[in-house]
Amino acid sequence: MTAAVELDRVSVRFGDFTAVADVGIDIEAGEFFSFLGPSGCGKTTILRAISGFVPLSTGAVRIGGRDMAGIGPNQRPTALIFQSLALFPMMTVAENIGYGLRVRGVPRRTRAERVARLLALIALEGEGDKRVEALSGGQRQRVAIARALAVEPQVLLLDEPLSALDLKLRQHMRNELRAIQRRVGLTFIYITHDQGEALTMSDRIAVMRAGRIEQVGDGRSIYEAPQTAFVAGFVGESNALRGDVVQTADGEALVETPVGRLRGRNPRQLQAGDAALLFVRPEFVQPGLSADNECDAEAADFTYEGSITHVTFRAAGGTKLLAQIGAAARQAVPAPGARVRLGFAARDAVALPP
Amino acid sequence: MNSALLHPVVLLLPIAVIVAFWLIAAVERRLRGTVQPGFFRRNGAAVGTYLIVAVGIWMLLLILLPQVSMLELSFRPKLPPVQMGGPRDMYTLANYRYFLFGSPDDASHWNVLHLRAFFLTITVSILVTGFDFLLCYPLAFHMAQTARPGRVRLLLLALIAPYWVNEVLRAFALRILFAGSGLLNTALLGLGAIAQPVDFLGLNIGLYVGLSYAYLLLMIFPLYSAIESLPHEQIEAARDLGAPWWRIHRDIVVPFAKPGIASGCTLVFMLSAGALATPLILSGPRSLWFTPVVYDRFYQAFNWPQGAAYAFILLLTCVAFVLMVLRLSRLSLGEMTR
Repeated sequence: MTAAVELDRVSVRFGDFTAVADVGIDIEAGEFFSFLGPSGCGKTTILRAISGFVPLSTGAVRIGGRDMAGIGPNQRPTALIFQSLALFPMMTVAENIGYGLRVRGVPRRTRAERVARLLALIALEGEGDKRVEALSGGQRQRVAIARALAVEPQVLLLDEPLSALDLKLRQHMRNELRAIQRRVGLTFIYITHDQGEALTMSDRIAVMRAGRIEQVGDGRSIYEAPQTAFVAGFVGESNALRGDVVQTADGEALVETPVGRLRGRNPRQLQAGDAALLFVRPEFVQPGLSADNECDAEAADFTYEGSITHVTFRAAGGTKLLAQIGAAARQAVPAPGARVRLGFAARDAVALPP
Repeated sequence: MNSALLHPVVLLLPIAVIVAFWLIAAVERRLRGTVQPGFFRRNGAAVGTYLIVAVGIWMLLLILLPQVSMLELSFRPKLPPVQMGGPRDMYTLANYRYFLFGSPDDASHWNVLHLRAFFLTITVSILVTGFDFLLCYPLAFHMAQTARPGRVRLLLLALIAPYWVNEVLRAFALRILFAGSGLLNTALLGLGAIAQPVDFLGLNIGLYVGLSYAYLLLMIFPLYSAIESLPHEQIEAARDLGAPWWRIHRDIVVPFAKPGIASGCTLVFMLSAGALATPLILSGPRSLWFTPVVYDRFYQAFNWPQGAAYAFILLLTCVAFVLMVLRLSRLSLGEMTR
């Protein structure tokens, strides 16, 4: 499969500030690709560079193998969905969706048919004559998607389009977006700071930090096998234990931490004597579990969330350890102040350079 | 009908107008179906009273009463003071007839001089408005959407500073610039661009430039504030969907800024049609602007009723024209003040 969008060592600088530094990625045709990172990490700049609103400082953007240098946003085979959606308030729903076709000189008849088909796709049949303000948040969202799809782009770019919606609707729209993407088979490039969105919708995710890509992979590898301390800390919750590697063997490292010597995977080949952060997710830390790693701790704080209970433990040297105990194992939730022995498996922990 | 009887009517008319407007507002509110907290509850008793009294005095004393008394005056004959209120002081259309036929009772000839001045004034005001719009729109768009804040401040200063100079002085400066042996002619002659001095003032070019310049700010500020409230993403969205720049303006910016465009155009049109100082100083000898004609009715002919009639003809034409433009652009008067 050829790459739909090729970012070839792309850098974008604004004066002295480097927003995007040397990003190289091939995004496959038909892929749902997400850029995930905190605000200010350069992900929006990448999107604007792909759509042509921001000029590159170095590197090249190729779409369908064609270099996009010197091609304006109105000439590129991309369509951008803005964070604010940017629907045109003085036009009706149908006029909004048909606008891209109108400026391309598509005849009225064909345009009306295409708009009707798109209205059906987003389940808004017969609502074409409504004003945009008369729609709900989720409906507007779908109109923005239809307006972008109408011009039949090769790539659809989405700039945190769900961030303005409330939680329930956001979760619903995740599924909806994914379903629309499967139906139209288009390449989607999605920008978000919400790891839940990225994990649920994407085929692949690029985690970004300060203009650089930290790790690219599918959701599972990003969550379960982080390659950098930033990815381990940013994607999902993690306990981070600072220490020094004392010994390595069989792809595992033994780390001397304030709560004792703990073992974890060693994907970055740390050597004995290296400083390290040992990450373990709260769902793997369980009271009374006999495992490779164990330490004594006191139950300090509880947050009940229905399906899970978050427990904060205080271990040696004041180190805090978070544990998540599922409802099925609720007998394991200790009493407040109780001293317990916490355990987690070495394969569920990972040692990374700080 | 005796005019003494009508003084109570003159006083009651403004009140009737106020009541009518209040009723219109009430009906509009009912039709929209929105229930808002009462006026006094929103503003407090003291501020509310102040607002009503201040606006009331302003409307009644400074706008409605003078206008209504002028309207009444325009229907009365010119009489020596002793005959006022006498048997000859009755309501008549003679002043309006004079505007059309140049004589109070003979309707065989048109009053070509005044009619031509009137239509010239309206036509030139429309042209000035259009010219100002074309001049200001790109600048307003630049300031509102693409310029950096520092540049905007500089431009605003550059726009406002010349208006510290008063209108008469500005007009005379233009007169000097455009005179037969003025700066412009000297420069053009020196460059060899022309062989004979151009009579800019006789061709009314000085007048057109002066009028366009006099009300430039009143065009640019409504445009600027209207365009500024357009989210930049709307423009980007249109561009992203494939619109070339002129379509973005036609489809996105202009429809959005329509209220600002309408209020800018209205202001410039009304004010240039009613301008007095600039036409007096800058218009050529062959042409006759309408406002000096009105002025002459009052102070040369000492015919106040006729002057009032002429002023009303101008006012009504302007109002009708503006309402027509609003209707054509499908805007309501309320939207314009948005």
